[in-house]
Amino acid sequence: MAEALAATAPVQGLWTDAWQRLRRSRAAIVAATLLLLVIVLAVVGPWLSAYTVEQVDWSQATLATPPSLANGHWFGTDANGRDLFVRVWIGTRMSLLVALLSTLVSVMIGVAWGATAGYLGGRVDDWMMRFVDVLYALPYMFFVIILTVVFGRSLVLIFLAIGAVGWLTMARIVRGQALALRQREFVEAAIALGLPTSTIIARHIVPNVLGTVIVYATLTVPQVILFESFLSFLGLGVQEPLTSLGRLVAEGALEMESSPWLLLVPSAVLATILLCLNFLGDGLRDALDPRQRT
Amino acid sequence: MTATARQEALLEVRNLDVRFKTAQGEVQAVSGVSLDMQAGECLAIVGESGSGKSQLLMACLGLLAANGTASGSVRFAGRELLGSSERDLNGVRGTGIALLPQDPLSSLTPHLRIGTLLTEGLLDRGLATRDEARQRAMRALEDVDISDPAARLRQYPHELSGGMRQRVALATALMCGPRLLFADEPTTALDVSVQARVIELLRGVRDRGLGVLIITHDLGVVAGLADRVAVMYAGRIVETATTAELFRDPRHPYTAALLAAVPRLDDSAQSRLQGIAGDPPQPADRFSGCAFAPRCDYAVDACSVQRPELRSIAAGGGTVACHRPLAAGAAAEAAT
Repeated sequence: MAEALAATAPVQGLWTDAWQRLRRSRAAIVAATLLLLVIVLAVVGPWLSAYTVEQVDWSQATLATPPSLANGHWFGTDANGRDLFVRVWIGTRMSLLVALLSTLVSVMIGVAWGATAGYLGGRVDDWMMRFVDVLYALPYMFFVIILTVVFGRSLVLIFLAIGAVGWLTMARIVRGQALALRQREFVEAAIALGLPTSTIIARHIVPNVLGTVIVYATLTVPQVILFESFLSFLGLGVQEPLTSLGRLVAEGALEMESSPWLLLVPSAVLATILLCLNFLGDGLRDALDPRQRT
Repeated sequence: MTATARQEALLEVRNLDVRFKTAQGEVQAVSGVSLDMQAGECLAIVGESGSGKSQLLMACLGLLAANGTASGSVRFAGRELLGSSERDLNGVRGTGIALLPQDPLSSLTPHLRIGTLLTEGLLDRGLATRDEARQRAMRALEDVDISDPAARLRQYPHELSGGMRQRVALATALMCGPRLLFADEPTTALDVSVQARVIELLRGVRDRGLGVLIITHDLGVVAGLADRVAVMYAGRIVETATTAELFRDPRHPYTAALLAAVPRLDDSAQSRLQGIAGDPPQPADRFSGCAFAPRCDYAVDACSVQRPELRSIAAGGGTVACHRPLAAGAAAEAAT
């Protein structure tokens, strides 16, 4: 109810303001719309086709049939005769899921870690950030591969592994902001009010860095999708019969001379998602930058 | 001091030193400050920028920067605050001693609604339910003359004017029922008409029986509000007196010079303002004698050799740290 009232208030809050500026950026709006379309297709797409992910269509002359409206394989079939339309949207679903959950994990750890280090400062900050530096020094890829080898291949592990490494940069960014924020007078006022440190960090520091965090997160999502594709390409990612965009591209690359659609279709979807997220991230960064305020 | 004759002091500061470690060495911001405050009393600490008056407050609340240390003793209602744990300090901050910050434009967290800012102290301590806290917040806003409190609770700080924000900050400081209010230059960032309202409100706070310790360099604020005044120079208290006494009969040459430097409405436009010659000393400078000696019209050789101690003069209970205090009535004659 309070939210609704605030929205009708004559003077705008930080977020209404940002939203209005975002709406003015055509690139961001087009990107957001396209992205929404992709997400909707990822959710409902597989049900639109008469086929399932695993189903091999023996009725066709060859296993890998090119895209055709007549036989219901709108994007064609892969080398095993499975419908590509269904597989692409299942793959998109998986890629987006990995990307969003991993980003969520990295945002949560990164913000908590960075805000605590930056706010407390001094020796605690030194130790917390040296720990981050040490993790930075570990080869990212190597770390994830060890995790998958030790704990076996599971979907949850992929989220956690990617997220657990992805929080490092987030922590650094948030720490820098928190360091600057704790000098501000309103933080002093909060301390003088006798609020405990945890409350001050959670209520007075973290919301202030959210603008930066959101922007950085939208730029992390594409990275994670690419990384998952890479893991899948190496055979460490999502397992059959499930698939991801990364796997589909990798499989398509093997057949690209005989059946180019196997490479082109998933690549196009992947490229669309990445471009949209980058444009959206750009737009958000501009919209949330207070210097842009007129 | 006869403790039995007086009521127990609300705030008792003894020999407070505040030092900062900096790259250029140790800097002493406050030296050997002692003062007492009773409930229902307003004490003003006056001094130029850099005289250590703000650091004095910060030290009492345990809010010094990480490179600062305080030594001596600060007792609030019999409880020693210096060296207390953060947890113990949080038991005093807000509920015992509240701080009204200097700049109302930056002292309210920008992304929180006024209602959240007002009630968080109560809710966080579990002192009130959500409804009670809301009721009390509305009453607190009414107490500081803010119209339509119910609507204000839903607004953000940037939707209010500077004067309103300072009054909201005051309401916030008073929410948890403190017994002592520290006001750190509460009127500096405000224009004159708004200043007058804030002073009025602070007077109301004092009349409700709270102790008010106000820091300012504005002698007009002192005259309108304070019962007693302590003048600080270069980290030390150089004179204390009742407000009436101080304005009528400044005994320290620095105090006299400060009063003489105030522009007066009845001065003719041609008359020059009387500044104080020279600059205040840097906190890093060390003096064996009186810190004001280089700028003092009355200084003799002894002044730069031996530091004058604060001693009581006259019957009014005033104290002064000067080898050659002005005689009672001397300044009044000089001014006319």
